[in-house]
Amino acid sequence: MSNKCNQPNMDRRKMIGGAIAATGAMTIAPGVILHAASVSEEASTGADSKHRWGMLIDSNKCAEGCSACVDACNSEHGLEGHDRPATDAVWIRPVKLKDKQTGHENRLVMMCQHCEHPPCVDVCPTTASFKRADGIVLVDRHRCIGCRYCMMACPYKARSFIHETLTDQSVNAPRGKGCVESCTLCVHRIDEGVMQTACQEACSKEGHNAILFGDLNDPQSEISKTLISNNSVQIRADLELNTGVRYLNL
Amino acid sequence: MRSSLISNSTLLILLAALLAPAMQVAAESQFVTENSKAASMKSCVAPTDQMRRNHMDYLKHGRDDTVRDGKRGIEYSLSECIECHASKSPQGQSVPVNDEGEFCQTCHSYVAVSPPCFQCHRTTPDADGGSAKLGHHSGDSNPHQGLDIQLPAGIQRD
Repeated sequence: MSNKCNQPNMDRRKMIGGAIAATGAMTIAPGVILHAASVSEEASTGADSKHRWGMLIDSNKCAEGCSACVDACNSEHGLEGHDRPATDAVWIRPVKLKDKQTGHENRLVMMCQHCEHPPCVDVCPTTASFKRADGIVLVDRHRCIGCRYCMMACPYKARSFIHETLTDQSVNAPRGKGCVESCTLCVHRIDEGVMQTACQEACSKEGHNAILFGDLNDPQSEISKTLISNNSVQIRADLELNTGVRYLNL
Repeated sequence: MRSSLISNSTLLILLAALLAPAMQVAAESQFVTENSKAASMKSCVAPTDQMRRNHMDYLKHGRDDTVRDGKRGIEYSLSECIECHASKSPQGQSVPVNDEGEFCQTCHSYVAVSPPCFQCHRTTPDADGGSAKLGHHSGDSNPHQGLDIQLPAGIQRD
Protein backbone atom coordinates (compact mmCIF):
# COMPACT_ATOMS: atom_id res chain seq x y z
CA MET A 1 0.00 0.00 0.00
CA SER A 2 2.74 2.42 0.92
CA ASN A 3 5.87 2.30 -1.13
CA LYS A 4 8.69 3.78 0.89
CA CYS A 5 10.75 4.57 -2.24
CA ASN A 6 8.15 7.04 -3.48
CA GLN A 7 7.91 8.94 -0.24
CA PRO A 8 9.46 12.34 0.23
CA ASN A 9 12.39 12.59 2.56
CA MET A 10 11.02 12.75 6.11
CA ASP A 11 13.97 14.92 7.17
CA ARG A 12 12.54 17.74 5.10
CA ARG A 13 9.42 17.57 7.19
CA LYS A 14 11.40 17.72 10.38
CA MET A 15 13.10 20.88 9.10
CA ILE A 16 9.78 22.49 8.34
CA GLY A 17 8.56 21.45 11.78
CA GLY A 18 11.67 23.07 13.24
CA ALA A 19 10.91 26.24 11.31
CA ILE A 20 7.42 26.35 12.82
CA ALA A 21 8.81 25.98 16.32
CA ALA A 22 11.39 28.68 15.63
CA THR A 23 8.80 31.12 14.35
CA GLY A 24 6.73 31.18 17.48
CA ALA A 25 4.65 27.99 17.60
CA MET A 26 6.52 26.61 20.59
CA THR A 27 3.31 25.53 22.24
CA ILE A 28 2.86 22.54 19.98
CA ALA A 29 6.27 21.03 20.60
CA PRO A 30 6.18 19.76 24.21
CA GLY A 31 4.10 16.81 25.30
CA VAL A 32 3.67 15.44 21.81
CA ILE A 33 3.88 11.78 22.70
CA LEU A 34 1.31 11.29 25.36
CA HIS A 35 0.75 7.70 26.27
CA ALA A 36 2.81 5.63 23.87
CA ALA A 37 4.98 4.29 26.66
CA SER A 38 2.14 3.35 28.96
CA VAL A 39 0.38 1.37 26.22
CA SER A 40 3.42 -0.65 25.23
CA GLU A 41 4.04 -1.59 28.85
CA GLU A 42 0.85 -3.62 28.82
CA ALA A 43 1.91 -5.67 25.81
CA SER A 44 1.86 -9.34 26.65
CA THR A 45 4.81 -11.50 25.75
CA GLY A 46 2.76 -13.65 23.40
CA ALA A 47 2.42 -17.35 22.68
CA ASP A 48 5.08 -19.53 24.23
CA SER A 49 6.01 -23.05 23.15
CA LYS A 50 6.50 -23.95 26.84
CA HIS A 51 2.75 -24.47 26.93
CA ARG A 52 0.45 -26.59 24.89
CA TRP A 53 -3.14 -25.74 25.49
CA GLY A 54 -5.68 -28.50 25.33
CA MET A 55 -9.03 -29.68 26.52
CA LEU A 56 -10.44 -32.82 28.02
CA ILE A 57 -14.11 -33.55 27.55
CA ASP A 58 -15.88 -36.08 29.73
CA SER A 59 -18.55 -37.66 27.60
CA ASN A 60 -20.39 -39.06 30.65
CA LYS A 61 -20.81 -35.60 32.16
CA CYS A 62 -22.00 -33.93 28.95
CA ALA A 63 -25.69 -33.54 29.82
CA GLU A 64 -28.53 -34.34 27.46
CA GLY A 65 -30.37 -31.24 26.24
CA CYS A 66 -27.76 -28.80 27.58
CA SER A 67 -26.39 -26.15 25.25
CA ALA A 68 -24.60 -23.93 27.77
CA CYS A 69 -21.19 -24.24 26.10
CA VAL A 70 -22.57 -23.50 22.64
CA ASP A 71 -24.46 -20.44 23.89
CA ALA A 72 -21.43 -19.17 25.81
CA CYS A 73 -19.21 -19.61 22.76
CA ASN A 74 -21.70 -17.76 20.56
CA SER A 75 -22.01 -14.83 22.95
CA GLU A 76 -18.26 -14.69 23.63
CA HIS A 77 -17.40 -14.45 19.94
CA GLY A 78 -20.50 -12.70 18.67
CA LEU A 79 -21.62 -15.63 16.51
CA GLU A 80 -25.12 -15.23 15.18
CA GLY A 81 -27.01 -17.59 12.94
CA HIS A 82 -29.33 -16.91 10.04
CA ASP A 83 -31.54 -19.95 10.67
CA ARG A 84 -29.55 -21.85 8.09
CA PRO A 85 -28.08 -24.81 9.97
CA ALA A 86 -26.13 -26.03 6.94
CA THR A 87 -24.02 -22.88 6.69
CA ASP A 88 -24.31 -21.00 10.02
CA ALA A 89 -21.06 -20.55 11.93
CA VAL A 90 -20.59 -23.25 14.55
CA TRP A 91 -17.43 -23.32 16.61
CA ILE A 92 -18.59 -25.97 19.09
CA ARG A 93 -21.40 -28.43 18.57
CA PRO A 94 -22.94 -31.30 20.52
CA VAL A 95 -22.74 -34.70 18.85
CA LYS A 96 -24.60 -37.86 19.78
CA LEU A 97 -23.05 -41.27 19.21
CA LYS A 98 -25.13 -44.43 19.32
CA ASP A 99 -23.91 -47.99 19.51
CA LYS A 100 -26.36 -49.68 17.18
CA GLN A 101 -25.90 -53.09 18.77
CA THR A 102 -26.40 -52.16 22.39
CA GLY A 103 -28.36 -48.92 21.95
CA HIS A 104 -25.98 -47.12 24.28
CA GLU A 105 -25.79 -43.38 23.57
CA ASN A 106 -22.85 -41.08 24.13
CA ARG A 107 -22.91 -37.32 24.00
CA LEU A 108 -19.93 -35.10 23.44
CA VAL A 109 -19.01 -31.70 22.10
CA MET A 110 -16.97 -31.42 18.93
CA MET A 111 -14.84 -28.47 17.99
CA CYS A 112 -11.44 -27.75 16.47
CA GLN A 113 -9.19 -30.41 17.98
CA HIS A 114 -6.09 -28.18 17.82
CA CYS A 115 -3.96 -30.93 16.29
CA GLU A 116 -0.21 -31.04 16.63
CA HIS A 117 -0.09 -31.88 12.91
CA PRO A 118 -3.12 -30.02 11.59
CA PRO A 119 -4.25 -31.00 8.08
CA CYS A 120 -5.83 -27.55 7.65
CA VAL A 121 -2.40 -25.96 7.98
CA ASP A 122 -0.89 -28.44 5.53
CA VAL A 123 -3.32 -27.57 2.77
CA CYS A 124 -3.66 -23.81 3.23
CA PRO A 125 -2.31 -22.07 0.12
CA THR A 126 -1.78 -18.70 1.83
CA THR A 127 -0.51 -19.79 5.28
CA ALA A 128 -3.67 -18.29 6.76
CA SER A 129 -4.24 -21.51 8.69
CA PHE A 130 -1.46 -21.75 11.20
CA LYS A 131 -0.50 -23.23 14.53
CA ARG A 132 0.68 -20.88 17.24
CA ALA A 133 3.74 -21.64 19.31
CA ASP A 134 1.46 -22.80 22.13
CA GLY A 135 -0.37 -25.30 19.94
CA ILE A 136 -3.52 -23.32 19.17
CA VAL A 137 -4.65 -23.69 15.56
CA LEU A 138 -6.05 -20.46 14.14
CA VAL A 139 -7.09 -18.77 10.92
CA ASP A 140 -5.31 -15.51 10.16
CA ARG A 141 -8.15 -13.67 8.45
CA HIS A 142 -5.73 -11.13 7.06
CA ARG A 143 -4.43 -13.87 4.80
CA CYS A 144 -7.49 -16.09 4.34
CA ILE A 145 -8.81 -16.00 0.77
CA GLY A 146 -11.85 -18.11 1.54
CA CYS A 147 -10.92 -21.08 -0.64
CA ARG A 148 -12.26 -23.50 1.99
CA TYR A 149 -9.62 -26.09 1.29
CA CYS A 150 -9.08 -26.37 5.06
CA MET A 151 -12.75 -27.15 5.57
CA MET A 152 -12.35 -30.14 3.26
CA ALA A 153 -9.13 -31.23 4.91
CA CYS A 154 -10.40 -31.13 8.50
CA PRO A 155 -11.46 -34.63 9.58
CA TYR A 156 -13.59 -33.16 12.37
CA LYS A 157 -15.75 -30.80 10.30
CA ALA A 158 -14.69 -28.11 12.74
CA ARG A 159 -14.57 -25.12 10.44
CA SER A 160 -17.24 -22.73 9.22
CA PHE A 161 -17.32 -20.24 6.40
CA ILE A 162 -18.88 -16.79 6.77
CA HIS A 163 -21.40 -16.23 4.01
CA GLU A 164 -22.87 -12.90 5.03
CA THR A 165 -21.60 -9.37 5.57
CA LEU A 166 -21.24 -8.74 9.28
CA THR A 167 -21.30 -5.63 11.45
CA ASP A 168 -20.78 -5.03 15.17
CA GLN A 169 -18.50 -7.99 15.65
CA SER A 170 -17.07 -8.73 19.06
CA VAL A 171 -13.56 -7.37 19.70
CA ASN A 172 -12.82 -10.86 20.97
CA ALA A 173 -13.21 -12.23 17.46
CA PRO A 174 -13.02 -9.86 14.51
CA ARG A 175 -14.66 -11.79 11.66
CA GLY A 176 -16.11 -11.04 8.26
CA LYS A 177 -17.57 -12.39 5.07
CA GLY A 178 -15.40 -14.63 2.94
CA CYS A 179 -13.21 -16.09 5.68
CA VAL A 180 -13.07 -19.49 7.30
CA GLU A 181 -13.12 -19.73 11.07
CA SER A 182 -13.21 -22.19 13.92
CA CYS A 183 -12.72 -22.55 17.66
CA THR A 184 -9.83 -20.36 18.83
CA LEU A 185 -9.61 -22.02 22.24
CA CYS A 186 -10.57 -18.54 23.51
CA VAL A 187 -7.14 -17.29 22.55
CA HIS A 188 -8.05 -13.73 23.58
CA ARG A 189 -8.57 -14.98 27.13
CA ILE A 190 -5.36 -17.00 27.19
CA ASP A 191 -3.36 -13.99 25.99
CA GLU A 192 -4.89 -11.92 28.78
CA GLY A 193 -3.89 -14.58 31.30
CA VAL A 194 -7.38 -15.91 31.92
CA MET A 195 -6.95 -19.65 31.86
CA GLN A 196 -10.53 -20.63 31.29
CA THR A 197 -12.43 -20.90 28.03
CA ALA A 198 -15.96 -19.59 27.67
CA CYS A 199 -17.34 -23.11 27.15
CA GLN A 200 -15.59 -24.46 30.23
CA GLU A 201 -16.81 -21.54 32.31
CA ALA A 202 -20.40 -22.12 31.17
CA CYS A 203 -20.20 -25.88 31.67
CA SER A 204 -18.92 -25.61 35.21
CA LYS A 205 -21.48 -22.91 35.96
CA GLU A 206 -24.17 -25.38 34.93
CA GLY A 207 -22.61 -27.83 37.36
CA HIS A 208 -21.67 -30.42 34.73
CA ASN A 209 -17.89 -29.90 34.67
CA ALA A 210 -17.62 -31.90 31.47
CA ILE A 211 -14.96 -29.63 29.99
CA LEU A 212 -11.48 -29.28 31.42
CA PHE A 213 -9.05 -26.81 29.88
CA GLY A 214 -5.37 -26.62 30.67
CA ASP A 215 -1.72 -26.95 29.76
CA LEU A 216 -0.84 -30.39 28.40
CA ASN A 217 2.86 -29.62 28.79
CA ASP A 218 2.60 -28.88 32.50
CA PRO A 219 2.62 -32.15 34.48
CA GLN A 220 1.14 -30.34 37.49
CA SER A 221 -1.93 -29.05 35.64
CA GLU A 222 -5.28 -30.63 36.40
CA ILE A 223 -5.72 -31.75 32.83
CA SER A 224 -2.35 -33.54 32.77
CA LYS A 225 -3.08 -35.26 36.07
CA THR A 226 -6.48 -36.40 34.84
CA LEU A 227 -4.96 -37.67 31.60
CA ILE A 228 -2.33 -39.70 33.47
CA SER A 229 -4.86 -41.42 35.70
CA ASN A 230 -7.64 -41.96 33.14
CA ASN A 231 -8.05 -43.74 29.86
CA SER A 232 -8.66 -40.91 27.41
CA VAL A 233 -9.01 -41.13 23.65
CA GLN A 234 -8.37 -38.94 20.67
CA ILE A 235 -11.03 -38.99 18.00
CA ARG A 236 -9.64 -40.49 14.80
CA ALA A 237 -6.40 -41.33 16.57
CA ASP A 238 -5.58 -43.43 13.49
CA LEU A 239 -4.77 -40.20 11.63
CA GLU A 240 -1.94 -39.55 14.11
CA LEU A 241 -2.68 -35.86 14.34
CA ASN A 242 -2.04 -35.77 18.12
CA THR A 243 -5.08 -33.70 18.96
CA GLY A 244 -5.07 -31.16 21.78
CA VAL A 245 -8.68 -32.02 22.60
CA ARG A 246 -9.21 -35.41 24.19
CA TYR A 247 -12.20 -37.34 25.44
CA LEU A 248 -13.03 -39.42 28.48
CA ASN A 249 -15.54 -42.26 28.68
CA LEU A 250 -16.02 -42.54 24.97
CA MET B 1 26.87 43.27 -2.36
CA ARG B 2 26.07 44.43 1.11
CA SER B 3 22.69 45.79 0.09
CA SER B 4 21.71 42.49 -1.56
CA LEU B 5 22.61 40.62 1.66
CA ILE B 6 20.39 42.89 3.69
CA SER B 7 17.55 42.52 1.30
CA ASN B 8 17.90 38.72 1.39
CA SER B 9 17.72 38.50 5.17
CA THR B 10 14.92 41.06 5.26
CA LEU B 11 13.02 38.90 2.81
CA LEU B 12 13.57 35.80 4.93
CA ILE B 13 12.30 37.52 8.08
CA LEU B 14 9.31 38.85 6.20
CA LEU B 15 8.55 35.37 4.83
CA ALA B 16 8.82 33.81 8.29
CA ALA B 17 6.56 36.49 9.75
CA LEU B 18 3.98 35.84 7.06
CA LEU B 19 4.15 32.06 7.30
CA ALA B 20 4.18 31.72 11.06
CA PRO B 21 0.49 32.35 11.71
CA ALA B 22 -0.55 30.20 8.75
CA MET B 23 1.60 27.28 9.87
CA GLN B 24 0.43 27.59 13.41
CA VAL B 25 -3.17 27.40 12.32
CA ALA B 26 -2.40 24.36 10.19
CA ALA B 27 -0.59 22.65 13.06
CA GLU B 28 -3.26 23.27 15.65
CA SER B 29 -6.44 22.81 13.64
CA GLN B 30 -8.73 19.94 14.57
CA PHE B 31 -8.29 16.87 12.43
CA VAL B 32 -10.12 14.59 14.81
CA THR B 33 -13.88 14.40 14.88
CA GLU B 34 -15.66 16.26 17.60
CA ASN B 35 -17.24 14.35 20.47
CA SER B 36 -14.60 11.65 20.24
CA LYS B 37 -12.14 10.70 22.96
CA ALA B 38 -9.31 11.73 20.63
CA ALA B 39 -10.62 15.32 20.51
CA SER B 40 -9.73 15.74 24.16
CA MET B 41 -6.18 14.44 23.74
CA LYS B 42 -3.08 16.29 22.65
CA SER B 43 -1.76 13.71 20.28
CA CYS B 44 -2.06 10.13 19.13
CA VAL B 45 0.27 7.31 20.27
CA ALA B 46 2.92 8.83 17.98
CA PRO B 47 3.32 12.37 16.63
CA THR B 48 0.48 13.27 14.29
CA ASP B 49 2.56 13.58 11.11
CA GLN B 50 4.01 10.13 11.68
CA MET B 51 0.61 8.63 12.37
CA ARG B 52 -0.82 10.19 9.25
CA ARG B 53 1.90 8.83 7.06
CA ASN B 54 2.63 5.49 8.66
CA HIS B 55 -0.42 4.26 10.60
CA MET B 56 -1.14 1.61 7.98
CA ASP B 57 2.34 0.16 8.35
CA TYR B 58 2.13 0.22 12.14
CA LEU B 59 -1.21 -1.58 12.02
CA LYS B 60 0.00 -4.12 9.49
CA HIS B 61 2.98 -4.97 11.64
CA GLY B 62 0.90 -5.09 14.80
CA ARG B 63 -1.76 -7.37 13.37
CA ASP B 64 0.79 -10.12 12.73
CA ASP B 65 2.22 -9.71 16.21
CA THR B 66 -1.22 -10.11 17.70
CA VAL B 67 -2.81 -12.78 15.52
CA ARG B 68 0.17 -14.99 14.89
CA ASP B 69 2.32 -14.44 17.98
CA GLY B 70 -0.37 -13.64 20.52
CA LYS B 71 1.05 -10.29 21.61
CA ARG B 72 -1.80 -8.25 22.98
CA GLY B 73 -1.87 -4.66 24.20
CA ILE B 74 0.47 -3.58 21.43
CA GLU B 75 1.16 0.10 20.90
CA TYR B 76 -0.60 0.39 17.56
CA SER B 77 -3.88 -1.45 17.81
CA LEU B 78 -6.91 -0.95 15.59
CA SER B 79 -9.32 -1.39 18.48
CA GLU B 80 -7.54 1.50 20.21
CA CYS B 81 -7.97 3.63 17.06
CA ILE B 82 -11.68 2.99 17.20
CA GLU B 83 -11.86 3.42 20.95
CA CYS B 84 -10.48 6.96 20.61
CA HIS B 85 -11.67 8.14 17.22
CA ALA B 86 -15.30 7.01 17.20
CA SER B 87 -17.44 10.05 17.92
CA LYS B 88 -20.67 10.12 19.84
CA SER B 89 -23.98 11.24 18.36
CA PRO B 90 -26.06 13.83 20.28
CA GLN B 91 -28.07 10.86 21.56
CA GLY B 92 -24.91 9.41 23.09
CA GLN B 93 -24.61 6.58 20.57
CA SER B 94 -21.21 5.73 19.12
CA VAL B 95 -20.95 6.60 15.44
CA PRO B 96 -19.10 4.08 13.23
CA VAL B 97 -15.65 5.41 12.25
CA ASN B 98 -16.31 4.57 8.60
CA ASP B 99 -19.57 6.54 8.37
CA GLU B 100 -19.71 9.56 6.07
CA GLY B 101 -17.75 12.44 7.62
CA GLU B 102 -16.22 10.32 10.38
CA PHE B 103 -12.53 10.11 11.17
CA CYS B 104 -11.42 7.08 9.15
CA GLN B 105 -13.79 7.56 6.23
CA THR B 106 -13.06 11.23 5.59
CA CYS B 107 -9.36 10.77 5.02
CA HIS B 108 -9.59 7.41 3.25
CA SER B 109 -12.09 8.79 0.79
CA TYR B 110 -9.96 11.92 0.25
CA VAL B 111 -6.94 9.81 -0.69
CA ALA B 112 -9.15 7.29 -2.52
CA VAL B 113 -8.19 4.15 -0.63
CA SER B 114 -10.55 1.50 0.65
CA PRO B 115 -8.74 -0.59 3.26
CA PRO B 116 -10.66 -3.74 4.17
CA CYS B 117 -10.19 -3.37 7.96
CA PHE B 118 -13.87 -2.94 8.65
CA GLN B 119 -14.99 -6.02 6.77
CA CYS B 120 -13.98 -7.88 9.92
CA HIS B 121 -13.31 -5.30 12.64
CA ARG B 122 -16.14 -3.52 14.39
CA THR B 123 -16.40 0.22 13.77
CA THR B 124 -17.58 1.36 17.21
CA PRO B 125 -16.07 0.81 20.66
CA ASP B 126 -17.19 -2.53 22.06
CA ALA B 127 -19.24 -1.49 25.05
CA ASP B 128 -20.19 -4.91 26.37
CA GLY B 129 -17.44 -7.19 25.11
CA GLY B 130 -13.70 -7.23 25.00
CA SER B 131 -11.05 -8.21 27.41
CA ALA B 132 -12.23 -5.80 30.09
CA LYS B 133 -15.42 -7.77 30.48
CA LEU B 134 -14.45 -11.35 29.87
CA GLY B 135 -17.16 -13.72 30.90
CA HIS B 136 -19.73 -10.95 30.58
CA HIS B 137 -22.56 -13.45 30.28
CA SER B 138 -22.11 -14.29 33.95
CA GLY B 139 -23.63 -10.94 34.93
CA ASP B 140 -21.27 -10.38 37.86
CA SER B 141 -19.55 -7.09 38.44
CA ASN B 142 -16.29 -8.98 38.76
CA PRO B 143 -16.78 -11.99 36.50
CA HIS B 144 -13.62 -13.79 37.58
CA GLN B 145 -14.19 -13.59 41.29
CA GLY B 146 -14.88 -17.01 42.69
CA LEU B 147 -14.02 -18.78 39.46
CA ASP B 148 -11.51 -21.54 39.69
CA ILE B 149 -9.08 -20.09 37.22
CA GLN B 150 -6.13 -22.27 36.52
CA LEU B 151 -2.90 -20.48 35.80
CA PRO B 152 -0.12 -22.22 33.93
CA ALA B 153 3.21 -22.79 35.61
CA GLY B 154 5.35 -19.68 35.69
CA ILE B 155 2.55 -17.18 35.09
CA GLN B 156 1.64 -14.85 37.92
CA ARG B 157 -1.65 -13.03 37.81
CA ASP B 158 -1.84 -9.73 39.63
